[in-house]
Amino acid sequence: MLVRTRVNGEWREADVWPGASLLSMLRDDLGLLGTKNACEQGECGSCSAWLDGEVVCSCLVLAAQAEGREVRTVEDLADGDRLHPVQQAFLDAGAVQCGFCTPGMVVAATDLLERDPDPSDEAVREALSGNLCRCTGYQKIVDAVRLAASRAGGGA
Amino acid sequence: MEVLRPATLAEALEARSARPEAFPIAGGTDVMVAVNFDRLRPEAFLDLSRLDELRGWHEEDGEVVLGAGLTFARIERELASLPALAQAARSVGSPQIRARGTIGGNLATASPAGDALPALAAYEADVVLGSAARGERRVSLREFLLGPKRTSLEPDELVLAVRFRSPHGPGSFSKVGTRNAMVIAVASLCLQLDEDARAVRVAMGSVGPTVLRATEAEAFAARALAEAGAFDAAAAPVPAATLREFGQLAGAAARPIDDVRGTAAYRRHAVEVLARRALSWALEGRPAGRRAAG
Ligand SMILES: Cc1cc2nc3c(=O)[nH]c(=O)nc-3n(C[C@H](O)[C@H](O)[C@H](O)COP(=O)(O)OP(=O)(O)OC[C@H]3O[C@@H](n4cnc5c(N)ncnc54)[C@H](O)[C@@H]3O)c2cc1C
Ligand code: FES
Ligand code: FES
Repeated sequence: MLVRTRVNGEWREADVWPGASLLSMLRDDLGLLGTKNACEQGECGSCSAWLDGEVVCSCLVLAAQAEGREVRTVEDLADGDRLHPVQQAFLDAGAVQCGFCTPGMVVAATDLLERDPDPSDEAVREALSGNLCRCTGYQKIVDAVRLAASRAGGGA
Repeated sequence: MEVLRPATLAEALEARSARPEAFPIAGGTDVMVAVNFDRLRPEAFLDLSRLDELRGWHEEDGEVVLGAGLTFARIERELASLPALAQAARSVGSPQIRARGTIGGNLATASPAGDALPALAAYEADVVLGSAARGERRVSLREFLLGPKRTSLEPDELVLAVRFRSPHGPGSFSKVGTRNAMVIAVASLCLQLDEDARAVRVAMGSVGPTVLRATEAEAFAARALAEAGAFDAAAAPVPAATLREFGQLAGAAARPIDDVRGTAAYRRHAVEVLARRALSWALEGRPAGRRAAG
Protein backbone atom coordinates (compact mmCIF):
# COMPACT_ATOMS: atom_id res chain seq x y z
CA MET A 1 0.00 0.00 0.00
CA LEU A 2 1.13 3.58 -0.64
CA VAL A 3 2.04 5.69 2.36
CA ARG A 4 2.79 9.39 2.06
CA THR A 5 4.60 10.97 4.97
CA ARG A 6 6.51 14.18 5.55
CA VAL A 7 9.97 13.01 6.59
CA ASN A 8 12.46 15.62 7.77
CA GLY A 9 10.43 18.32 6.07
CA GLU A 10 10.04 16.58 2.72
CA TRP A 11 7.03 14.62 1.45
CA ARG A 12 8.08 11.04 0.79
CA GLU A 13 6.11 8.13 -0.57
CA ALA A 14 6.67 4.42 -0.10
CA ASP A 15 4.89 1.29 -1.21
CA VAL A 16 4.88 -0.85 1.94
CA TRP A 17 3.45 -4.12 3.16
CA PRO A 18 0.38 -3.14 5.25
CA GLY A 19 1.85 -4.78 8.34
CA ALA A 20 5.17 -2.93 8.01
CA SER A 21 6.38 -0.70 10.78
CA LEU A 22 7.42 2.90 10.36
CA LEU A 23 10.94 1.72 11.22
CA SER A 24 11.01 -0.66 8.30
CA MET A 25 9.61 2.01 5.97
CA LEU A 26 12.30 4.48 7.06
CA ARG A 27 15.12 1.97 6.66
CA ASP A 28 14.07 -0.36 3.88
CA ASP A 29 12.02 1.93 1.67
CA LEU A 30 13.40 5.40 2.29
CA GLY A 31 17.02 4.40 2.90
CA LEU A 32 17.23 6.33 6.17
CA LEU A 33 19.53 3.97 8.05
CA GLY A 34 20.25 6.23 11.03
CA THR A 35 17.20 4.91 12.83
CA LYS A 36 18.35 1.52 14.12
CA ASN A 37 16.58 -1.78 14.39
CA ALA A 38 17.47 -3.96 17.35
CA CYS A 39 14.57 -5.46 19.26
CA GLU A 40 11.38 -4.58 17.39
CA GLN A 41 9.48 -4.74 20.67
CA GLY A 42 9.80 -1.29 22.15
CA GLU A 43 12.44 -2.28 24.67
CA CYS A 44 15.64 -0.69 23.38
CA GLY A 45 14.82 2.74 21.93
CA SER A 46 17.36 2.42 19.11
CA CYS A 47 14.53 3.07 16.63
CA SER A 48 13.51 6.35 18.32
CA ALA A 49 12.14 8.98 15.95
CA TRP A 50 9.71 11.86 16.19
CA LEU A 51 6.13 11.36 15.05
CA ASP A 52 4.16 14.61 15.06
CA GLY A 53 6.74 16.05 17.44
CA GLU A 54 6.77 13.22 19.97
CA VAL A 55 9.55 10.68 20.32
CA VAL A 56 8.22 7.18 19.72
CA CYS A 57 9.59 3.73 19.02
CA SER A 58 9.19 3.64 15.25
CA CYS A 59 9.16 -0.17 15.38
CA LEU A 60 5.78 0.02 17.15
CA VAL A 61 4.10 2.40 14.71
CA LEU A 62 2.39 0.92 11.69
CA ALA A 63 3.82 2.68 8.65
CA ALA A 64 0.23 3.28 7.54
CA GLN A 65 -0.40 5.18 10.77
CA ALA A 66 2.21 7.73 9.68
CA GLU A 67 0.22 8.61 6.54
CA GLY A 68 -0.02 12.38 6.29
CA ARG A 69 2.00 12.83 9.46
CA GLU A 70 5.23 14.55 10.28
CA VAL A 71 8.21 12.28 10.91
CA ARG A 72 11.62 13.52 12.00
CA THR A 73 14.64 11.26 12.21
CA VAL A 74 18.20 11.53 13.43
CA GLU A 75 19.25 12.49 9.88
CA ASP A 76 17.50 15.81 10.41
CA LEU A 77 19.95 16.87 13.11
CA ALA A 78 23.29 17.43 11.39
CA ASP A 79 23.60 20.34 8.97
CA GLY A 80 25.65 18.82 6.16
CA ASP A 81 29.01 18.02 7.76
CA ARG A 82 28.25 20.13 10.79
CA LEU A 83 27.08 17.93 13.63
CA HIS A 84 24.17 18.94 15.79
CA PRO A 85 25.38 20.23 19.20
CA VAL A 86 24.00 17.12 20.90
CA GLN A 87 25.89 14.86 18.47
CA GLN A 88 29.07 16.89 19.00
CA ALA A 89 28.65 16.64 22.77
CA PHE A 90 28.30 12.84 22.52
CA LEU A 91 31.62 12.71 20.65
CA ASP A 92 33.39 15.12 22.99
CA ALA A 93 32.15 13.41 26.16
CA GLY A 94 33.16 9.96 24.94
CA ALA A 95 29.54 8.81 25.08
CA VAL A 96 29.87 6.62 21.99
CA GLN A 97 31.43 3.16 22.07
CA CYS A 98 29.99 0.73 19.55
CA GLY A 99 27.57 3.48 18.53
CA PHE A 100 24.55 1.32 17.93
CA CYS A 101 22.41 3.01 20.57
CA THR A 102 23.72 6.47 19.72
CA PRO A 103 21.14 7.67 17.17
CA GLY A 104 18.26 6.75 19.49
CA MET A 105 20.04 8.32 22.45
CA VAL A 106 20.72 11.49 20.47
CA VAL A 107 17.08 11.71 19.41
CA ALA A 108 15.82 11.25 22.98
CA ALA A 109 18.40 13.70 24.34
CA THR A 110 17.67 16.32 21.69
CA ASP A 111 13.98 16.04 22.39
CA LEU A 112 14.61 16.56 26.10
CA LEU A 113 16.80 19.62 25.55
CA GLU A 114 14.28 21.13 23.14
CA ARG A 115 11.69 20.91 25.91
CA ASP A 116 13.93 21.54 28.93
CA PRO A 117 17.21 23.33 28.16
CA ASP A 118 18.65 22.79 31.64
CA PRO A 119 17.47 19.40 32.87
CA SER A 120 18.46 17.81 36.16
CA ASP A 121 20.42 14.53 36.05
CA GLU A 122 17.24 12.82 37.13
CA ALA A 123 15.32 14.35 34.20
CA VAL A 124 18.09 13.22 31.83
CA ARG A 125 17.96 9.67 33.14
CA GLU A 126 14.18 9.65 32.94
CA ALA A 127 14.22 10.96 29.35
CA LEU A 128 16.71 8.24 28.37
CA SER A 129 15.01 5.46 30.32
CA GLY A 130 13.60 3.94 27.14
CA ASN A 131 17.02 3.74 25.48
CA LEU A 132 19.35 0.86 26.24
CA CYS A 133 23.11 1.01 25.90
CA ARG A 134 25.14 -2.14 26.34
CA CYS A 135 28.54 -0.42 26.28
CA THR A 136 28.87 2.82 28.18
CA GLY A 137 27.17 2.28 31.51
CA TYR A 138 25.23 5.52 30.79
CA GLN A 139 27.35 7.93 32.85
CA LYS A 140 29.12 9.39 29.82
CA ILE A 141 25.83 9.69 28.01
CA VAL A 142 24.40 11.71 30.88
CA ASP A 143 27.62 13.78 30.85
CA ALA A 144 27.15 14.38 27.12
CA VAL A 145 23.62 15.67 27.62
CA ARG A 146 24.83 17.99 30.40
CA LEU A 147 27.66 19.19 28.17
CA ALA A 148 25.23 19.95 25.35
CA ALA A 149 22.99 21.78 27.80
CA SER A 150 25.82 23.89 29.22
CA ARG A 151 27.16 24.79 25.77
CA ALA A 152 23.71 25.96 24.79
CA GLY A 153 23.78 28.25 27.80
CA GLY A 154 21.18 26.26 29.70
CA GLY A 155 23.44 24.94 32.46
CA ALA A 156 25.08 27.33 34.89
CA MET B 1 -3.67 -7.54 4.29
CA GLU B 2 -4.90 -3.97 4.36
CA VAL B 3 -5.23 -1.05 6.76
CA LEU B 4 -8.60 0.61 7.24
CA ARG B 5 -8.16 4.22 8.25
CA PRO B 6 -11.49 5.74 9.23
CA ALA B 7 -11.37 9.50 9.75
CA THR B 8 -14.29 9.71 12.18
CA LEU B 9 -15.62 7.59 15.02
CA ALA B 10 -18.85 6.94 13.10
CA GLU B 11 -16.86 5.57 10.17
CA ALA B 12 -14.76 3.49 12.55
CA LEU B 13 -17.85 1.90 14.11
CA GLU B 14 -19.30 1.21 10.66
CA ALA B 15 -16.03 -0.42 9.60
CA ARG B 16 -15.91 -2.39 12.83
CA SER B 17 -19.30 -3.97 12.21
CA ALA B 18 -18.79 -4.45 8.45
CA ARG B 19 -15.31 -5.91 8.90
CA PRO B 20 -15.14 -7.63 12.31
CA GLU B 21 -11.96 -9.43 11.23
CA ALA B 22 -10.11 -6.09 11.05
CA PHE B 23 -7.91 -5.86 14.12
CA PRO B 24 -8.14 -2.53 15.96
CA ILE B 25 -4.84 -0.78 16.51
CA ALA B 26 -4.43 2.38 18.59
CA GLY B 27 -0.94 3.19 19.90
CA GLY B 28 0.32 -0.17 18.62
CA THR B 29 2.52 -0.83 21.65
CA ASP B 30 0.92 -4.23 22.22
CA VAL B 31 -0.24 -4.97 18.68
CA MET B 32 3.01 -4.20 16.85
CA VAL B 33 5.10 -6.40 19.12
CA ALA B 34 2.87 -9.30 18.06
CA VAL B 35 3.03 -8.28 14.39
CA ASN B 36 6.81 -7.86 14.40
CA PHE B 37 7.22 -11.32 15.90
CA ASP B 38 4.80 -13.00 13.48
CA ARG B 39 2.32 -13.80 16.21
CA LEU B 40 -0.40 -11.69 14.65
CA ARG B 41 -1.31 -11.65 10.95
CA PRO B 42 -4.82 -10.23 10.70
CA GLU B 43 -6.52 -9.86 7.35
CA ALA B 44 -6.80 -6.16 8.07
CA PHE B 45 -6.05 -3.52 10.67
CA LEU B 46 -8.51 -0.90 11.83
CA ASP B 47 -6.44 2.16 12.67
CA LEU B 48 -7.97 4.11 15.56
CA SER B 49 -5.05 6.50 15.97
CA ARG B 50 -6.58 9.29 13.94
CA LEU B 51 -9.94 9.49 15.70
CA ASP B 52 -10.08 12.87 17.41
CA GLU B 53 -13.24 11.80 19.23
CA LEU B 54 -11.29 9.25 21.28
CA ARG B 55 -8.15 11.21 21.99
CA GLY B 56 -9.08 13.69 24.70
CA TRP B 57 -10.62 13.86 28.14
CA HIS B 58 -13.24 16.10 29.72
CA GLU B 59 -15.57 16.41 32.66
CA GLU B 60 -19.27 15.75 32.27
CA ASP B 61 -22.12 15.34 34.77
CA GLY B 62 -19.69 15.33 37.68
CA GLU B 63 -17.58 12.60 36.09
CA VAL B 64 -14.18 12.51 34.46
CA VAL B 65 -14.38 10.99 30.97
CA LEU B 66 -11.15 9.68 29.47
CA GLY B 67 -11.25 8.90 25.75
CA ALA B 68 -9.98 5.44 24.83
CA GLY B 69 -7.26 7.04 22.71
CA LEU B 70 -5.86 9.16 25.55
CA THR B 71 -2.15 8.40 25.87
CA PHE B 72 -0.26 7.75 29.08
CA ALA B 73 1.94 10.75 28.26
CA ARG B 74 -1.07 13.04 28.35
CA ILE B 75 -2.45 11.47 31.52
CA GLU B 76 0.92 12.04 33.14
CA ARG B 77 1.04 15.68 31.96
CA GLU B 78 -2.57 16.74 32.28
CA LEU B 79 -4.19 14.70 35.05
CA ALA B 80 -2.06 15.46 38.10
CA SER B 81 -5.39 16.06 39.87
CA LEU B 82 -5.82 12.26 39.78
CA PRO B 83 -2.54 11.30 41.42
CA ALA B 84 -3.07 7.54 41.52
CA LEU B 85 -3.85 7.39 37.80
CA ALA B 86 -1.10 9.86 36.91
CA GLN B 87 1.43 7.83 38.91
CA ALA B 88 0.28 4.65 37.19
CA ALA B 89 0.64 6.33 33.78
CA ARG B 90 4.10 7.53 34.65
CA SER B 91 5.17 4.02 35.59
CA VAL B 92 4.33 2.59 32.17
CA GLY B 93 7.25 1.52 29.98
CA SER B 94 9.37 4.44 28.84
CA PRO B 95 8.67 7.93 27.49
CA GLN B 96 8.44 6.44 23.99
CA ILE B 97 5.86 3.86 25.11
CA ARG B 98 3.86 6.46 27.04
CA ALA B 99 3.78 8.74 24.00
CA ARG B 100 1.84 6.09 22.08
CA GLY B 101 0.24 3.69 24.55
CA THR B 102 -3.40 4.45 25.29
CA ILE B 103 -5.78 3.77 28.12
CA GLY B 104 -8.18 2.05 25.69
CA GLY B 105 -5.38 -0.28 24.59
CA ASN B 106 -4.56 -1.05 28.20
CA LEU B 107 -8.22 -1.93 28.86
CA ALA B 108 -8.68 -4.01 25.72
CA THR B 109 -5.41 -5.89 26.26
CA ALA B 110 -6.70 -6.76 29.75
CA SER B 111 -3.32 -7.90 30.99
CA PRO B 112 -3.29 -8.80 34.70
CA ALA B 113 -0.33 -6.38 34.82
CA GLY B 114 -2.05 -3.49 33.00
CA ASP B 115 -0.97 -0.51 35.04
CA ALA B 116 -4.02 1.68 34.42
CA LEU B 117 -6.36 -0.99 35.71
CA PRO B 118 -5.80 -0.79 39.50
CA ALA B 119 -6.39 2.97 39.47
CA LEU B 120 -9.54 2.58 37.37
CA ALA B 121 -10.76 -0.18 39.71
CA ALA B 122 -10.13 1.95 42.78
CA TYR B 123 -12.03 4.80 41.10
CA GLU B 124 -14.89 2.34 40.45
CA ALA B 125 -14.78 3.33 36.80
CA ASP B 126 -17.19 2.29 34.09
CA VAL B 127 -16.13 1.45 30.55
CA VAL B 128 -18.14 2.93 27.67
CA LEU B 129 -18.42 0.65 24.65
CA GLY B 130 -19.92 1.57 21.30
CA SER B 131 -21.18 -0.18 18.20
CA ALA B 132 -22.84 1.04 15.01
CA ALA B 133 -25.84 -1.27 15.55
CA ARG B 134 -26.61 -0.71 19.24
CA GLY B 135 -25.04 2.63 20.10
CA GLU B 136 -23.31 3.06 23.44
CA ARG B 137 -23.43 0.88 26.50
CA ARG B 138 -21.78 1.37 29.83
CA VAL B 139 -20.39 -1.52 31.89
CA SER B 140 -18.52 -1.60 35.17
CA LEU B 141 -14.83 -2.43 35.02
CA ARG B 142 -15.61 -5.73 36.71
CA GLU B 143 -18.10 -6.63 33.98
CA PHE B 144 -15.61 -5.58 31.32
CA LEU B 145 -12.55 -7.47 32.57
CA LEU B 146 -13.42 -11.15 32.47
CA GLY B 147 -9.96 -12.62 33.01
CA PRO B 148 -6.43 -12.52 31.71
CA LYS B 149 -6.64 -11.03 28.19
CA ARG B 150 -10.40 -11.54 28.18
CA THR B 151 -13.00 -8.80 28.08
CA SER B 152 -16.70 -8.53 27.38
CA LEU B 153 -16.05 -6.42 24.25
CA GLU B 154 -18.30 -7.66 21.43
CA PRO B 155 -16.76 -8.24 17.98
CA ASP B 156 -18.55 -5.20 16.55
CA GLU B 157 -17.67 -2.91 19.45
CA LEU B 158 -14.92 -0.46 20.26
CA VAL B 159 -13.92 0.90 23.63
CA LEU B 160 -14.93 4.56 23.52
CA ALA B 161 -14.08 5.86 26.97
CA VAL B 162 -13.74 5.16 30.63
CA ARG B 163 -15.54 7.33 33.18
CA PHE B 164 -15.71 7.77 36.95
CA ARG B 165 -16.45 10.27 39.69
CA SER B 166 -13.31 12.12 40.63
CA PRO B 167 -12.51 10.84 44.11
CA HIS B 168 -12.17 13.31 46.95
CA GLY B 169 -9.16 12.29 49.01
CA PRO B 170 -5.55 11.21 48.60
CA GLY B 171 -4.58 8.24 46.45
CA SER B 172 -1.45 6.57 45.17
CA PHE B 173 -0.24 3.86 42.83
CA SER B 174 2.86 1.80 43.46
CA LYS B 175 4.42 -1.06 41.61
CA VAL B 176 7.13 -3.58 42.36
CA GLY B 177 9.40 -4.69 39.55
CA THR B 178 12.99 -5.57 38.89
CA ARG B 179 14.10 -2.04 38.05
CA ASN B 180 12.78 1.49 37.84
CA ALA B 181 11.95 1.92 34.19
CA MET B 182 10.38 -0.32 31.60
CA VAL B 183 9.15 -3.08 33.82
CA ILE B 184 6.07 -5.21 33.92
CA ALA B 185 4.70 -5.15 37.44
CA VAL B 186 5.39 -8.14 39.69
CA ALA B 187 2.76 -6.65 41.97
CA SER B 188 1.03 -3.28 41.97
CA LEU B 189 -1.42 -1.56 44.22
CA CYS B 190 -3.62 1.49 44.10
CA LEU B 191 -5.13 2.94 47.24
CA GLN B 192 -7.72 5.68 47.10
CA LEU B 193 -9.30 7.38 50.10
CA ASP B 194 -12.87 8.50 49.45
CA GLU B 195 -13.41 11.09 52.14
CA ASP B 196 -17.01 11.80 51.15
CA ALA B 197 -18.06 8.16 51.40
CA ARG B 198 -15.62 7.61 54.30
CA ALA B 199 -14.27 4.66 52.39
CA VAL B 200 -10.87 3.26 51.51
CA ARG B 201 -10.54 1.55 48.14
CA VAL B 202 -7.74 -0.82 47.31
CA ALA B 203 -7.09 -2.50 43.96
CA MET B 204 -4.19 -4.77 43.11
CA GLY B 205 -2.56 -5.74 39.81
CA SER B 206 -0.40 -8.71 38.77
CA VAL B 207 -1.56 -10.80 41.72
CA GLY B 208 -4.60 -12.44 40.16
CA PRO B 209 -6.19 -13.26 36.82
CA THR B 210 -7.28 -9.66 36.57
CA VAL B 211 -7.26 -6.60 38.81
CA LEU B 212 -8.58 -7.47 42.29
CA ARG B 213 -10.23 -5.34 44.97
CA ALA B 214 -9.21 -6.09 48.55
CA THR B 215 -12.69 -5.73 49.99
CA GLU B 216 -12.02 -7.00 53.50
CA ALA B 217 -9.00 -4.77 53.84
CA GLU B 218 -11.12 -1.88 52.58
CA ALA B 219 -13.86 -2.47 55.13
CA PHE B 220 -11.34 -2.93 57.93
CA ALA B 221 -9.56 0.32 57.06
CA ALA B 222 -12.79 2.29 56.79
CA ARG B 223 -13.83 1.07 60.25
CA ALA B 224 -10.42 1.66 61.78
CA LEU B 225 -10.12 5.16 60.34
CA ALA B 226 -13.61 6.04 61.51
CA GLU B 227 -12.86 4.73 65.02
CA ALA B 228 -9.62 6.68 65.16
CA GLY B 229 -11.49 9.80 64.02
CA ALA B 230 -9.17 10.05 61.04
CA PHE B 231 -11.93 11.07 58.61
CA ASP B 232 -12.80 14.09 60.79
CA ALA B 233 -9.37 15.16 61.98
CA ALA B 234 -6.34 14.36 59.89
CA ALA B 235 -4.20 14.76 63.01
CA ALA B 236 -5.88 11.75 64.61
CA PRO B 237 -3.19 9.09 64.94
CA VAL B 238 -3.79 5.67 63.41
CA PRO B 239 -1.97 2.90 65.31
CA ALA B 240 0.87 1.08 63.52
CA ALA B 241 -0.84 -2.22 64.32
CA THR B 242 -3.82 -1.09 62.25
CA LEU B 243 -1.58 -0.42 59.27
CA ARG B 244 -0.01 -3.85 59.67
CA GLU B 245 -3.32 -5.65 59.90
CA PHE B 246 -4.56 -3.72 56.89
CA GLY B 247 -1.50 -4.88 54.93
CA GLN B 248 -2.10 -8.48 55.93
CA LEU B 249 -5.74 -8.33 54.85
CA ALA B 250 -4.73 -6.91 51.48
CA GLY B 251 -2.13 -9.68 51.11
CA ALA B 252 -4.76 -12.26 51.95
CA ALA B 253 -6.98 -10.95 49.15
CA ALA B 254 -4.27 -11.51 46.53
CA ARG B 255 -4.52 -14.62 44.36
CA PRO B 256 -1.00 -14.68 42.95
CA ILE B 257 0.77 -17.35 40.96
CA ASP B 258 4.41 -18.33 40.60
CA ASP B 259 5.91 -17.25 37.29
CA VAL B 260 9.20 -16.07 35.82
CA ARG B 261 8.75 -12.62 37.34
CA GLY B 262 8.14 -13.72 40.92
CA THR B 263 6.78 -16.35 43.27
CA ALA B 264 3.29 -16.24 44.70
CA ALA B 265 4.69 -15.85 48.22
CA TYR B 266 6.84 -12.90 47.16
CA ARG B 267 3.89 -11.24 45.47
CA ARG B 268 1.71 -11.62 48.54
CA HIS B 269 4.43 -10.13 50.68
CA ALA B 270 4.86 -7.26 48.21
CA VAL B 271 1.14 -6.51 48.39
CA GLU B 272 1.28 -6.39 52.19
CA VAL B 273 4.10 -3.89 52.13
CA LEU B 274 2.57 -1.78 49.35
CA ALA B 275 -0.81 -1.66 51.10
CA ARG B 276 0.66 -0.65 54.44
CA ARG B 277 2.76 2.09 52.85
CA ALA B 278 -0.07 3.34 50.67
CA LEU B 279 -2.36 3.76 53.66
CA SER B 280 0.27 5.63 55.66
CA TRP B 281 0.96 7.91 52.65
CA ALA B 282 -2.76 8.58 52.33
CA LEU B 283 -3.00 9.50 56.01
CA GLU B 284 0.01 11.79 55.76
CA GLY B 285 -0.92 13.26 52.44
CA ARG B 286 -4.10 15.05 53.31
CA PRO B 287 -4.55 18.82 52.98
CA ALA B 288 -3.13 21.13 55.64
CA GLY B 289 -5.43 21.48 58.61
CA ARG B 290 -6.44 17.84 58.21
CA ARG B 291 -2.92 16.48 58.28
CA ALA B 292 -2.04 13.43 60.33
CA ALA B 293 0.55 13.82 63.07
CA GLY B 294 3.89 12.19 62.18
C1 LIG C 1 8.38 -1.94 25.89
C2 LIG C 1 6.97 -1.97 26.42
C3 LIG C 1 6.74 -1.66 27.76
C4 LIG C 1 5.46 -1.70 28.27
N1 LIG C 1 5.28 -1.40 29.58
C5 LIG C 1 4.03 -1.43 30.10
C6 LIG C 1 3.83 -1.11 31.48
O1 LIG C 1 4.78 -0.78 32.21
N2 LIG C 1 2.55 -1.15 31.95
C7 LIG C 1 1.49 -1.49 31.18
O2 LIG C 1 0.37 -1.50 31.67
N3 LIG C 1 1.66 -1.80 29.87
C8 LIG C 1 2.91 -1.78 29.32
N4 LIG C 1 3.08 -2.11 28.00
C9 LIG C 1 1.92 -2.57 27.21
C10 LIG C 1 1.19 -1.47 26.40
O3 LIG C 1 2.01 -0.32 26.22
C11 LIG C 1 -0.11 -1.05 27.08
O4 LIG C 1 -0.95 -2.15 27.26
C12 LIG C 1 -0.86 0.05 26.30
O5 LIG C 1 -1.87 0.58 27.11
C13 LIG C 1 -1.47 -0.46 25.01
O6 LIG C 1 -2.09 0.64 24.37
P1 LIG C 1 -1.97 0.85 22.79
O7 LIG C 1 -2.79 2.03 22.43
O8 LIG C 1 -0.57 0.89 22.37
O9 LIG C 1 -2.66 -0.49 22.29
P2 LIG C 1 -2.57 -1.28 20.91
O10 LIG C 1 -1.33 -2.07 20.85
O11 LIG C 1 -2.89 -0.39 19.78
O12 LIG C 1 -3.81 -2.25 21.13
C14 LIG C 1 -3.83 -3.17 22.21
C15 LIG C 1 -5.10 -4.01 22.14
O13 LIG C 1 -6.23 -3.20 22.38
C16 LIG C 1 -7.13 -3.24 21.28
N5 LIG C 1 -7.66 -1.88 21.22
C17 LIG C 1 -6.96 -0.72 21.31
N6 LIG C 1 -7.80 0.33 21.36
C18 LIG C 1 -9.06 -0.18 21.29
C19 LIG C 1 -10.36 0.40 21.31
N7 LIG C 1 -10.55 1.72 21.40
N8 LIG C 1 -11.43 -0.42 21.23
C20 LIG C 1 -11.25 -1.76 21.14
N9 LIG C 1 -10.06 -2.37 21.14
C21 LIG C 1 -8.97 -1.58 21.21
C22 LIG C 1 -6.30 -3.71 20.12
O14 LIG C 1 -7.09 -4.37 19.17
C23 LIG C 1 -5.35 -4.67 20.80
O15 LIG C 1 -5.97 -5.90 21.03
C24 LIG C 1 4.36 -2.05 27.44
C25 LIG C 1 4.59 -2.34 26.09
C26 LIG C 1 5.88 -2.29 25.57
C27 LIG C 1 6.11 -2.59 24.13
S1 FES D 1 13.89 -1.58 17.77
FE1 FES D 1 12.26 -0.34 18.42
S2 FES D 1 12.56 -0.26 20.54
FE2 FES D 1 14.09 -1.66 19.92
S1 FES E 1 27.56 2.54 22.68
FE1 FES E 1 27.25 0.44 22.27
S2 FES E 1 25.15 0.19 22.82
FE2 FES E 1 25.58 2.17 23.48
